[in-house]
Amino acid sequence: MDVSVEKKIQLLETMIVSRKFSDALKQLCKIKDKIPGMMIVADGQEAVGSGVCGALEPDDAIITNHRSHNHLLAKGADPKALMAEIYGKKTGCNKGKSGTLHLAVPEINAPCTTTVVGATLPIAVGRAFAQQYRKQPRVTVCFFGDGAADEGSFHESLNLAALWQLPLIFVCENNLYAGGQRYEEHTRVTDMADRAGGYGMPGMIVDGNDAPAVYRAALEARQRAVSGNGPTLIECKTYRWGGHSETDPHEYQPRDEIKAWRDKCPIRRLSEALLDQKVITAAQMAQMTSQAEGVVEEAVRFAEQSPYPAPREALEDVYT
Amino acid sequence: MQKLGMGQAVNQALREEMHRDPGVFIAGEGVGVSIHVNPMLPTHGLLEEFGPGRVKDTPVSEAVIAGLAVGAAEAGLRPVVEIMFNPFFTLASDMIVNHAAKLRYLSGGKSRFPLVVRIKSGAGFGAGCQHSHNLEAWVAHCPGLQVVMPATPADAKGLLKTAIRDDNPVIFIEHMGSYFAPPMPVPEEEYLTPLGRADIKRKGRDLTVVTWSGMLGPAMNAAETLSREGIDIEIVDLRTLTPLDRKTLLSSVEKTGRLIVMHEATRTGGFAGEIAAVVLEQGFEYLKAPLRRVTGPDIPVPVSPPLERFYIPNADDLIAAVRELLP
Ligand SMILES: Cc1ncc(C[n+]2csc(CCOP(=O)(O)OP(=O)(O)O)c2C)c(N)n1
Ligand SMILES: [Mg+2]
Repeated sequence: MDVSVEKKIQLLETMIVSRKFSDALKQLCKIKDKIPGMMIVADGQEAVGSGVCGALEPDDAIITNHRSHNHLLAKGADPKALMAEIYGKKTGCNKGKSGTLHLAVPEINAPCTTTVVGATLPIAVGRAFAQQYRKQPRVTVCFFGDGAADEGSFHESLNLAALWQLPLIFVCENNLYAGGQRYEEHTRVTDMADRAGGYGMPGMIVDGNDAPAVYRAALEARQRAVSGNGPTLIECKTYRWGGHSETDPHEYQPRDEIKAWRDKCPIRRLSEALLDQKVITAAQMAQMTSQAEGVVEEAVRFAEQSPYPAPREALEDVYT
Repeated sequence: MQKLGMGQAVNQALREEMHRDPGVFIAGEGVGVSIHVNPMLPTHGLLEEFGPGRVKDTPVSEAVIAGLAVGAAEAGLRPVVEIMFNPFFTLASDMIVNHAAKLRYLSGGKSRFPLVVRIKSGAGFGAGCQHSHNLEAWVAHCPGLQVVMPATPADAKGLLKTAIRDDNPVIFIEHMGSYFAPPMPVPEEEYLTPLGRADIKRKGRDLTVVTWSGMLGPAMNAAETLSREGIDIEIVDLRTLTPLDRKTLLSSVEKTGRLIVMHEATRTGGFAGEIAAVVLEQGFEYLKAPLRRVTGPDIPVPVSPPLERFYIPNADDLIAAVRELLP
């Protein structure tokens, strides 16, 4: 299947916004008392969120994890509301309650971001079940890392989703590390996608740094799901350029490995392809970049200028 | 005397016990190769010293981390496993609650489960409610588990060594704030601090504050402030929630006639309720005033700094409660 030029440009734009958003956060989190909590970004992994969410309809849902920013931006979350939340401001998408790690954006059908590793899977099962129950032609996407596949919840969820043929796409974002552990230090299975067969669903392996390839795989899985043929496990092979979080010195990641993967930058890869094919011009590329920078600058300005919640607002939203 | 942070004291206890007993091993996520490289942290340097045979980095798999401890303990080893943050205890809970706690009983006392589950806990890091949620009351509710929550590095060292040598399961909860608090004196020599024994960290005659773990600091600060007004607070650091040292608790309340329980965990169903019940059942006649609880409010721990500060009980909250009780 050929991916249209418009779609490719859209995938590229999304990735650039994600990268610029992350670039800002990596700076901001170094400033004392600016950003609460642990800063987790996903540089080098932009093609996964962009490609998968690029294949979705607005009514499709995503459930994402601690490394969520790219996914949420690609699904269409408002960068201002995300940034303000990351700052802990009242105008944030969750009024300062969730911060960077648990950004919930139900407005765009990204109702739950959980930092409990492996917890996205059972919740996605429930979300997909509701879609099936209501006979909606929709899917739920579940993002999780390679490490999450070692939790019991992974196995229970794949089994049930396959058994009930739920409209679900399991997206394993295999960035080769789970915390300080390299992939082969935490599992014997060479390809996570191989586990799909054990539960009776198709497993696909895709180059996670190739946004159009990710998009094609997600589109195929979506088609299968909405036609009533059940879930798919897509393993996106990618790489975490930085440490687990911004305070992780990540000495355990060989520097030449990082360099090799940086050379496979998903943004550069797609932009160079589009430039080579003369689908876009260098000027257009520069414009896309500065547009993304503008979006992020505006988000940061909005967050900076927003007030903190009043202390007693902590008591709200528990019971309603 | 050496001065250590709590993480370093835990580290020393682990080293000493691993040297003493070849059956002691540690396991958990990042206990060897960590994403946090800091000598203040509890398992720093253990992999280098004891090797990967005894310092086992596990996959992200809390259920099997806890199960590993249960099975290995029955077989005669002395596992010390780590649950990275208190909320992730929920994933390990079947093995701990239904197995570690019950299997000895189910064997009619024939089997032993000498295991320690170390759990990092506490708010104050902007990490939010899925990382900061004190669940000590959950585990204290389970017969068969001993729940230890040290407040000082010296106690942490002595209590952990005892816990490792104990033949029954111990849940050992460390407040992360104590890792980075100013180092405190810790005896260099070997010593064991008994489980089930509270410690009076400050003697006083007007009012008893019972507390543990991360709240000892604020409680001591409040007592210091109040002492300038001539108010004399006694501070009982519980150290172990179960077994509970009723004797120290009741004799302190008998002396002062007033009780406040302070903990960081949320209020409803918190362990303060248990303390209150014990005092009402066995020391009602000592009380000259109603008792008070100073606890986290009944909400998940929020991220935003003003909200998180609102959540965490502090010295001012305790002082306000003291003023309510003292004429
Ligand atoms: C249940 C649980 N255990 C441990 C953690 C701590 N933790 C956060 S992220 C992480 C590694 C997850 O690796 P992976 O699933 O590959 O995701 P990645 O960080 O690589 O995106 C760990 C161990 C957690 N958040 N939840
Ligand atoms: Mg990973």
